[in-house]
Amino acid sequence: MRAEPLVAALLLAAAGGAQAPATIVVSPDGAAPGAVRTLGTAVRRARAGDRVVVRAGTYREPTVVVDRPLTIVGEGRPTLDGEARRELLHVTASGVTVRGLRFANLGRSYSEDRAALRVTAAGGCVIADNDFDDTFYGVYLADVDGCRVEGNRFAGRASSEAASGNGIHLWSSRGVTVAGNRVAGHRDGIYLEFARDCRVERNASEGNLRYGLHFMYSDSSRYVGNVFRRNGAGVAVMYTRAVEVRGNRFEDGRGPAAYGLLLKEIGDPVVTGNVFARNTVGLMVDGATRLVAARNRFAANGWAVQLQANAQDARFLANDFAGNSFDVATNARDAAATFAGNYFDAYRGYDLDRDGRGDVPHRPVRLFALLAARHEPAVVLQRSFFVGLLDASERLLPTLTPDAVVDARPAMRPVAARAPSPAP
Amino acid sequence: MTRLLGYQVRNVLRSRWLAAYALFFLLVTDALLRFGGDDGKVLLGLGNVTLLVVPLVGLVFGTTALYEARPFTELLLAQPVGRGQLFAALYGGLALPTAAAYVLGAGLPFALHGVPSGHGASLLVLLGAGALLTGVFVALAFLVALRTDDRARGLGAAVGLWLALALLYDGGVLLLLAVFGDHALERPLLAAMLANPVDLARVLLLLRFDGAALLGYTGAVFARFFGGPGALVAAALLLAWVAVPAAFGARAFRRKDF
Repeated sequence: MRAEPLVAALLLAAAGGAQAPATIVVSPDGAAPGAVRTLGTAVRRARAGDRVVVRAGTYREPTVVVDRPLTIVGEGRPTLDGEARRELLHVTASGVTVRGLRFANLGRSYSEDRAALRVTAAGGCVIADNDFDDTFYGVYLADVDGCRVEGNRFAGRASSEAASGNGIHLWSSRGVTVAGNRVAGHRDGIYLEFARDCRVERNASEGNLRYGLHFMYSDSSRYVGNVFRRNGAGVAVMYTRAVEVRGNRFEDGRGPAAYGLLLKEIGDPVVTGNVFARNTVGLMVDGATRLVAARNRFAANGWAVQLQANAQDARFLANDFAGNSFDVATNARDAAATFAGNYFDAYRGYDLDRDGRGDVPHRPVRLFALLAARHEPAVVLQRSFFVGLLDASERLLPTLTPDAVVDARPAMRPVAARAPSPAP
Repeated sequence: MTRLLGYQVRNVLRSRWLAAYALFFLLVTDALLRFGGDDGKVLLGLGNVTLLVVPLVGLVFGTTALYEARPFTELLLAQPVGRGQLFAALYGGLALPTAAAYVLGAGLPFALHGVPSGHGASLLVLLGAGALLTGVFVALAFLVALRTDDRARGLGAAVGLWLALALLYDGGVLLLLAVFGDHALERPLLAAMLANPVDLARVLLLLRFDGAALLGYTGAVFARFFGGPGALVAAALLLAWVAVPAAFGARAFRRKDF
C-alpha cells in the first residue's frame, strides 16, 4: 500500500520532534487515511506511549507481541480471530492497556496453556471491557505486578476438564485487581496460584466445569462481593494465609464433590456477610486454623457447614442457618468449634427472659448427620419419623454428637442481616 | 353406580369424623403458618404431620367404615347390583371425601394466608402426595377389613400395619444399613424406599426440599435416580400403590362369602 511509507516517514518525523503520543489506526481494509491493516504492523510501528485504535472488523494474523507500553483500544468491538490454533496477544512490557476488543476462536490444546491474552513479567497493565468468546484460556497473567482486569466478559465452551482452560488465570503475581468480570463456561472461572495481595471483587463466575474461583498459595488476598453460581465444584481456597471472603454469594454448587466454599489448609481466614444457598455443602472447613465465620446466611443447603476435626479454633458468630438438610456435620466426636449467637431454624428452645437469645443450648450436629456421614446412602431416610425420634432422643440426652459443638445461647430470630454489633 | 357412589359420599360427608379430620389439618396448617415463620419450614412441618396422620386416619376410617357398612352391603348384595360396582362405590365413596377433606383442610389456610413465594409447586406436590396416600391406605384398610370379620382384630391389624409402614420400616432399614454398611447398599436401599408408600411420599418431599443433600452421595445409582426421573417414578409407584391394593380388595370382595 502506497500510504504506508508516508505514514512511517511521518511517524519518524514525529519521533524526531516533540515525542508527543501518536495515534495509529488499524482497519481491516486499511481504508482510513494513514491506517494499517494489521494490529501487528501497528504495534511494531508504535513508540512507547502511543495509542493504537483498532476499527471494527475481524483480524486474522500471527500472535501479536506487545513489547512496548501502548494503549490498544477497539472501536466498534473488533474481533481478533485465533483460527483455532494460536494465541492472540502477548504482552511483555509494562504499562500496556487493552480495551474494547473481542478475542475469539482459540480452539483446544492438550499440550499448551493457550491463552487469548497473555501478560508475562510486566507491571501496571489494564485489561478492561473486552469480550472473550470460546477462548481456551482467556487472560493469563504470569509474573505480573499491579495489573487490573476489569469489566471483561468471558464465554467459554468447556466440555471436559482435560480439554478446557481457565477464564482468568493468575500465576506468581502481586497486587492484581480482578473486578466486575463475568466468567462462564471455563474449567476454573478465576484461578490464582502464588498470587499475593490480590483483590477479586464484584465478579460473576457461573457455570464453569470445575471451580468458580480456585486459589492456592495466594496470601493476603481479598474476595468481596462476587457471585459464584452453578460451578461444578464451587469455590476452593487452599494452602493460603490471611484471606478475607466478604459479601459474596455462593449458590447452586451441587454434586458429590461440590462445595459453596471449600477452605483447605487455610490460616486465619475471615468469612463474613456471605450467602451460601442451595449447595450440596455450603462451607467445607478442612484444616483451617482460627477461622472466623460471622454474619453469613446458610439457606437450603444439603449440609450448611461441614467441619472436619482438623479445623482448629474455628468461630461461628451470628450466622443464620435456615432450611438446610443438615446445619453442621462433623467427621469425629472430638471436633471442636465455637458457636455463639447463631440463628438456627431447627432450634427447639425458648426465651423466657425475652432477651432475643435462647435459654437452652443448641447442638447443631444432629445424630442423623453422624449416621449419614458414616453410611452415606442413609440420607434417603432424612425426615422419616424414625429419624426424627432418634434426633429427639439424642437432643434430650446427648451421647454421640460432639460435646464441643454447641451454641450456648442461640439467637431466636435471624441475625446475619442485622447491623453488626461487637463480636462476643 | 353413580347413584351408589353419590349415596355413599353423602353418607360419609354426614359423619362428624370427617369434619373433625378436615378441621384438624386446618388448625395445624393455620398454626404452622402463623407461628412457623420461615416459609419452607411450614411445608416441611405439614409434610411431617401428613406422612404420619394421613396413613393412620386412612386405615382407621377405612376399616371402621367397611365394618359399619356391613348391613348395608349385605342388603344391597341381595339386589341386582354387581359386586365390582358396589366395591367401587364403597371405596370411592370413602377415599374421595377423605382425600378432599385433607386437601381442603391443609390447603385452605394457604388460600387465606397466601402461598409462600417460590413454594407453590412444593405445596401441590405435598397435597397430591397426601391425597394419594389417602387412597393407598383406604385401599389397604379395605383389604384388612375384608380378610378379618372380627372388628377388633381388624382395627388392631390396621394400626399394626400403620406402625410397621410409618415407623418400624425405616428403623429396620436403618438397622440393616448399619449392619451391612460395608456392602454396596445403594440399590437395595432405593428398592426399599420405593416399596413402602409412606417412604414414596417422603421421597417426593425430599426431592423438593433436600435435593442438594441427595446429590451429595457419590453413588451413581442415586445420582441417576434423584438427578433424573426420581419424582416421576415415585409418583407413578404411589399411583400403583393405590391401584394394586384396590384391585386386590375388589377381588376379595367379589369372592367373599357374606
